[in-house]
Amino acid sequence: MNVLASTTVDLARVQFATTSIYHFLFVPLTLGLGPLVAIMQTLWLRSKDERWLRLTKFFGTLLLINIAIAVATGLVQEFEFGMNWSVYSRFVGNVFGAPLAIEGLAAFFIESTFLGLWIFGWDRLSPRVHLATLWVVVVASWASGYFILVANSWMQHPVGYKVVNGQAQLTSVWALLSNNFALRAFVHTMLAGLIFGSIVMLAICCWHFLRGHEADLFLKAAKLALIVALPATFLQLIVGNRFGEAVTSAQSMKIAASEAQWNTCQPCSFSLFQIGGFTEQDQTPSFSITVPRVLSYMATGSFDGQVQGLNELQKQEERKYGPGNYMPNVRVIYWSMRVMAYMGVLMLMVAALGAWLYWKKKLETARWFHRTALVAIAFPYIAATAGWILTEMGRQPWIVQGLLLTDKANSPAVSTTWLGLSLGFFIALYVVLGVVDFVLMRRYAKPGGAPPEPTTEATPAVTY
Amino acid sequence: MNLEILWFCVIAFFWAGYFVLEGFDFGVGMLLPFLPRDEGERGAMFESIGPVWDGNEVWLVVAGGATFAAFPAWYGAMFSGFYLALILILFFLIIRVVSFEWREKSESPAWRRTWMWANTVGSAGAALVWGIGLSNLLHGVPLDSSGDYTGGFWNLFTGYTILGGIAFVLLFAFHGAIYLTLRTIGDLCERSLRTARLLAIPALAVGGGYLIWTVAVAVDRNDQSVFPPVLPAAIAIAAFALAAVFVFAKKTGIAFTLTAIGILSLVATLFTSLYPRVMVSSPDFGNSLTVQNAASAHYTLAVMSVVAVIFVPLILLYQGWTYSVFRARVGGKELPGATDSPSAVPGDSAAT
Repeated sequence: MNVLASTTVDLARVQFATTSIYHFLFVPLTLGLGPLVAIMQTLWLRSKDERWLRLTKFFGTLLLINIAIAVATGLVQEFEFGMNWSVYSRFVGNVFGAPLAIEGLAAFFIESTFLGLWIFGWDRLSPRVHLATLWVVVVASWASGYFILVANSWMQHPVGYKVVNGQAQLTSVWALLSNNFALRAFVHTMLAGLIFGSIVMLAICCWHFLRGHEADLFLKAAKLALIVALPATFLQLIVGNRFGEAVTSAQSMKIAASEAQWNTCQPCSFSLFQIGGFTEQDQTPSFSITVPRVLSYMATGSFDGQVQGLNELQKQEERKYGPGNYMPNVRVIYWSMRVMAYMGVLMLMVAALGAWLYWKKKLETARWFHRTALVAIAFPYIAATAGWILTEMGRQPWIVQGLLLTDKANSPAVSTTWLGLSLGFFIALYVVLGVVDFVLMRRYAKPGGAPPEPTTEATPAVTY
Repeated sequence: MNLEILWFCVIAFFWAGYFVLEGFDFGVGMLLPFLPRDEGERGAMFESIGPVWDGNEVWLVVAGGATFAAFPAWYGAMFSGFYLALILILFFLIIRVVSFEWREKSESPAWRRTWMWANTVGSAGAALVWGIGLSNLLHGVPLDSSGDYTGGFWNLFTGYTILGGIAFVLLFAFHGAIYLTLRTIGDLCERSLRTARLLAIPALAVGGGYLIWTVAVAVDRNDQSVFPPVLPAAIAIAAFALAAVFVFAKKTGIAFTLTAIGILSLVATLFTSLYPRVMVSSPDFGNSLTVQNAASAHYTLAVMSVVAVIFVPLILLYQGWTYSVFRARVGGKELPGATDSPSAVPGDSAAT
């Protein structure tokens, strides 16, 4: 019986993780490519340079292919809380439901309606109004991200609530909206979006340089991509670090696990790479490369800071919440943290190299860099996925930090069979969607694939 | 009126908005394989709803989000209880969402046919399952004392709920056909009118039957009296009947307003029948979720009310503006100065 219950929770978790990670492959590109396309359209309107219009259409088409899937899979997310986690939904609805509902009313409504205006409004709206509709979409998509992160951050660091009759009730909406954790997560996620948008855009430009296709046109786009990518990747290293400090104070266990830090230390060295040391039975790595004092700085902002170890924290939590295992999967958390951070550094290097080549006027000709940039398309996807695994698996065993355990939060009405069926269904559907999306993106991004003619999007389906 | 009741009404309003608006784009989607004679007309049908379907679908997103925030127990019970039904709905909505953006990305006939069918199946399927699902809220499903669903998938299918599904499909197809008479020109417009006439009687008959049965279910299974649910039900039946009359009189602008009123009243009938419960439990009626026992605390509802008071009028404003931007008819060359006036419907010489 116990085994069966844990399988149900595991299946519910696997399903939620699969659909969330998948959804978030498409969301950040939307968040980042949106403003870039809006900037290009603005530049066209200001300079009347037709090349900016062509670039707007070209990257706008990619944006729309991507948004279609982001919207479709976003619906799943909203339903899944209630479907898979009805106990959780009842417990948190008062607090967590509010930002979700506000997101719909104040952001997603605007985003969806104005997106329709932008797609079909090329010849129905004045150029200025038409451009404004895209900026409205961009602002609304960022606002949407903010409200979703407010909801998620409450699960990491609950604020502005009290528990009454086994239900969390909101006591201060301002505390909820100004949750320190949420604000940092917002900046971190939006920067991730800009990195997505600019790295993907840079790589597509490089693909065109590699084939010698319209180099002068794509050089303009590459310059814009670099202007965004260089500061964004650099700032992200700092912001990611600040975000880490917020995690340290709210979720000490997550930080300790992400460093595989079993014993409390002061000052603490940062482990760059290690073999072993990931389980309670094997706490000392057989091999490791460490940098002195860096972990102290990253976790606390001081080179002398103290970081509590997993063993110590486990004892504290047991005293507080009763017997149980309060540690997340250390190996997964350690590596997801590193994969994310190393990808971040790699993307900064790509952006810096690109900027240097551009400055030296060699960006169109440096074929080795074009190939590097194409490989780098994968980096933001890997980084974002690792980041969410770190955030969500690092919170385990809690579904709401300190308030509700994941294995007590699933839907009693939903059987293992239903979960298995629906998981299979989602995987099959999402694979098909992913393949079609990839084929379409490739086709429309490819040099000479679909020519960026100003008329293709302007009059969809009515040119007979 | 306390805030719990206000939010019950707000959620009913979101559902009504969803079905009035997405109702016609579901309808257009259902007619895609049958109405057009060529790819051009099919493209025109897609374009008639292309700019607006996404905004229409958000009414569902806010209905869901508002239920989560205002009635967490209802949200949890309904979404976990109707699990497989919602998986079906997600499937239908997802293939439909991507069909809009992806269909035009290739000229290949097979590709276009695939995504057209995705849209049609998605539209009809979602309408059918929504009809069945929402009817179940009233007809009653087995809930335990903590409000968790204890039934299986097949519990959701009864004569009444299946009729609800069919009524949704027929009414939306009717609503969509009338919409097309207002948004298309020429031959396609004429065929839309003929289709609307063809659908008028079945939609009225099944929709009317469903509405009457709804009032009976409210009395029989939800401890309601005949009045008030009979009032919106009567308005809905009258609206659909008049819509049929105006379709035959070629006044499709009025007919569209009437089907919109009819769908709104149909949702009002369901929710009036449901009150004061939000999800009826059967056989253990005492386990039913009510507006009071499923609701969030006062503070959350107050915050949400402020947000709704600010944003709902704004939403109505800018969605209204969107509809006015795209009011021009589509399909081939545009008629100069084409308007929404019913007189723009070309004469229907082939009327039976």
